[in-house]
Amino acid sequence: MKLQEIVDSLSLVVKTASAHLTKEVTGGYVSDLLSDVMANTKDGYVWITLQTHQNIVAVATLKELSGIILVNNRTPEPDTLKKAEEEGLPIMVSSLPAFEIAGLLYNLGLRCR
Amino acid sequence: MTPYRIVEKAASLGLNIIAICDHNSVENVEVTKRLAKEKGINAIPGIEVTSFEEVHIVGLFRDISSALRIQDIVYDNLQPGENDVDAFGYQVVVNENDEVLGFNNRLLIGATNLSVSKVVETIHSFGGLAIASHIDREGFGIIGQLGFIPPELNLDALEISRNITIDEAKKRFGEYSRFPWITSSDAHELSNIGKVSTGLFMEHSTFDELCLTLKGAEGRKVILY
Repeated sequence: MKLQEIVDSLSLVVKTASAHLTKEVTGGYVSDLLSDVMANTKDGYVWITLQTHQNIVAVATLKELSGIILVNNRTPEPDTLKKAEEEGLPIMVSSLPAFEIAGLLYNLGLRCR
Repeated sequence: MTPYRIVEKAASLGLNIIAICDHNSVENVEVTKRLAKEKGINAIPGIEVTSFEEVHIVGLFRDISSALRIQDIVYDNLQPGENDVDAFGYQVVVNENDEVLGFNNRLLIGATNLSVSKVVETIHSFGGLAIASHIDREGFGIIGQLGFIPPELNLDALEISRNITIDEAKKRFGEYSRFPWITSSDAHELSNIGKVSTGLFMEHSTFDELCLTLKGAEGRKVILY
């Protein structure tokens, strides 16, 4: 499924790279430890986290993730937004907690490959 | 941020003591220390270890050999992966003439498999000082990552970053005033060196005096501005 579909179904607020929502989402992952994400994600995954510092963009870019969903209405830091825009990486925000967002994505059929 | 330029900048600012605390590595410390000595600055060998919980802990050591031994342990326990220069930049080892001697291919931005208490214990086993980095920062600060400072963790000091004032820090972290506090620039660029610094009222600019000062021994004091 495409990222746009997820944005629409979950009513996510898109903060960056809104032109890149046509990316194909291959799976999902929930983690707030960057080392864990680096070890365990695959390209195309959407990453659910509450981390807002700019290192999340470096990790997401490195692993070619399709986008980042921030939970609990977390606000990305200015440097994070800037880097994400430069990298064409969509950062989306939800008011829901990670548990519920993951559940909703699972209901849409998303899995970790 | 070459050894030469770091020392020149520190000297121009009148800093007496600096510490080189690269992420998970110590390979540029020896050259920096030698250059600093020529300028009358004590460059303390240091390292900033990323624990398994992604807490940053700074280790400061009396000598290079202790720091190198910690580096061995960190290298043995770094989670696997190679550095990606596009994502994280080049990890250079540089000599006193700003010449690149080689590249470190390890994923130094990554985490070790060492728990935060293991990191502190290991630093202490080499006679080092264990300092919780930038406790006010959410990302990679001990309070941000764990929610609190574990009561049995024998940290020697807490570092307040340059991003907040000491007064703000006292309001937010007053419950941790039992620890000595320091503040430092955490400079990742030359322009940030010396942005904040800690005053140390002590006899000499040495590592041993620093240890005594953090304990407040015999009239020595840490002065935060």
